[in-house]
Amino acid sequence: MLTIKDLHASVEEKEILKGINLQVNPGEVHAIMGPNGSGKSTLSTVIAGHEDYEVTKGSISFDGEDLEELDAEQRAHKGIFLSFQYPVEIPGVTVTNFIKTAINALRKAKGLEDMPAKDMLKSIREKAAMLEIDSKFLSRSLNEGFSGGEKKRNEIFQLAMLEPKLAILDETDSGLDIDALKIVADGVNKLKSKDNAVVLITHYQRLLDYIVPDFVHVLYNGRIVKSGTKELAHELEAKGYDWIKQELA
Amino acid sequence: MELKEKMLSSFMALEQELDLSSPVHDIRSTSLKTFETLGFPTKKDEAWKYTSLAKLLKNDYSIFPKKESSIELKDVKKYFLYEIDSYKVVFIDGIYSPFLSDTTHDGIDVCLLSAALTKPKYKEVIEKYFHKIADKEESLTALNTSFAKEGAYVYVPKSVVAEKPIQIIHFSTGEQGDFLLQPRSLVVVEENAQVQIIERHQSLAAHEVLTNAVTEIFAAKSALVDYYKIQNDRDDASLIDNTYVAQEGDSNVNVHTFSFGGKLTRNNLNFTQNGEHIDSTMKGITIIGEQQHVDHYTLVNHVQPNCESHQDYKGIYADKSVGVFNGKIYVDKIAQKTNAFQQNNNILLDDLATINTKPQLEIFADDVKCSHGCTIGQLDEDALFYLRTRGIPKREAKGLLTYAFANNVLESVAIPALKTRINKLIATKLGVNLGHDL
Repeated sequence: MLTIKDLHASVEEKEILKGINLQVNPGEVHAIMGPNGSGKSTLSTVIAGHEDYEVTKGSISFDGEDLEELDAEQRAHKGIFLSFQYPVEIPGVTVTNFIKTAINALRKAKGLEDMPAKDMLKSIREKAAMLEIDSKFLSRSLNEGFSGGEKKRNEIFQLAMLEPKLAILDETDSGLDIDALKIVADGVNKLKSKDNAVVLITHYQRLLDYIVPDFVHVLYNGRIVKSGTKELAHELEAKGYDWIKQELA
Repeated sequence: MELKEKMLSSFMALEQELDLSSPVHDIRSTSLKTFETLGFPTKKDEAWKYTSLAKLLKNDYSIFPKKESSIELKDVKKYFLYEIDSYKVVFIDGIYSPFLSDTTHDGIDVCLLSAALTKPKYKEVIEKYFHKIADKEESLTALNTSFAKEGAYVYVPKSVVAEKPIQIIHFSTGEQGDFLLQPRSLVVVEENAQVQIIERHQSLAAHEVLTNAVTEIFAAKSALVDYYKIQNDRDDASLIDNTYVAQEGDSNVNVHTFSFGGKLTRNNLNFTQNGEHIDSTMKGITIIGEQQHVDHYTLVNHVQPNCESHQDYKGIYADKSVGVFNGKIYVDKIAQKTNAFQQNNNILLDDLATINTKPQLEIFADDVKCSHGCTIGQLDEDALFYLRTRGIPKREAKGLLTYAFANNVLESVAIPALKTRINKLIATKLGVNLGHDL
């Protein structure tokens, strides 16, 4: 599904990613872990298509198609979704109106008519119930005055509504208390299928107790320096990132 | 003939049909002399540095309607806030339209200034309020006053709450050729009374129309006035709006100005606070493009202690449009404990769009809180990226962010149907399809 080959990427002339290789297949859950500043968020941002990041070498392809020439919205239309570490506040646009706009934009890109209001409401109600989101929440302005946990839950709500093929969750666990983390993880697990894939980007192992990865990769200094199964995450938790740094030294 | 000469000579024609013995006529004559001395403002006047009337003044305007025009309700219904019950005072080419209006004398007076200026029962109010706060040294106000004859008259007696909003609409049909309109309105809201007013100038067909309007608003002790100006006119219609507000103690006056259209619009908005614990609010959203020009010129006179003023103007400028914001706050030396806030935030969507923003604070008291801030910026790139990752195309995403930028000004709109209408206007203007059916 997602194939990353020798990916080098820079922002403002500074090289952050220095040769990433990654293969994600349908039905898989990958976790990318690493210390702060290792390039985790940059990787997710580059996959999603931020214009400020320049791919200087290598390639990203999705379902066999090179993403290089595609804008962020076109990548979203192909089925790539990024849950943001810091979602943006948009006053005056309610959660409901925002999701409606996004869904109809996706449908339009696929040549479909707008979703009938009735179906939209039904879908919103179902997904909100799954994530234990109160209906009052849906008429609030997008992310405005939301707590950290509410913002993350709202990201997963969007994920549930948009049903992408590939979900990249950037530090979704940060800012969540344990109850909220369980609800969010349950939601992601329910959305998982043999046809879609999840990439979890996280500093801590905590989230991986609830969303169990098939593969764990350690990102350090712009490269994946170690890959393994979920045991690798436990090892990292026990030994800390210094262990990786020492091994590499 | 130059427009100034034409105005001076037309005054004699006007005098033919007026009662020359009325005290109002003395006011007209004096005002004409003021206009004759001052002439039209030019860019040499500091207050008109960024807005030139020169081109507009070259048109050969008719001063009086040549004939009576009529319009059908179905053709103009959309310009009314028809979703709600309201009083209406409607003018077509400067002439009162009884057919489109819905006036009242039941509890409050919502009627015509021409009646108020001539009928004995209004004499007391006219003597007390007419032309009392309008600037006597300002040329365009003087010009309006010298021709002041028709407009809306609103009188809300003590402790009366007007039960529905009042819509004042001035239509220009184009049937008079290029046309100069000078409506004059008077709003008097007595102690503890309340009223909501929506005002609109609307041109209906291709012709150059220049409206030079003057409105005087008096809010007595503890009165509440909500005044909304909807400016979404054709691109050959220009407006110079002169609104003067005088407030007494504990009163609250809010003026919202929505400038989404027109060729050239100048809003002179003056507040004078003649008491303590007064609250004055001025808010505006300007969204223009092409070669449109909108100039907000506000003045708040804090001349008594313990008062507040709040100004929040948002501007969104596309193409080659030009915006001006000039906000003057004057705090007299006795006006201690004044709180005066002024905010002007702008987004330029295109390289050739311009905004000139100038706060002017003159503070002579030492115990005051005054703040002003202006920003000129582009849209937040991170926010744009966020929307695009949700599949929303760049153009639409920009529209959505611009909408979000302007939207909070609407929070204080107290008429829900109007808020919805303005919300939709903004969304349409910015190409955002938010669908209000959910």
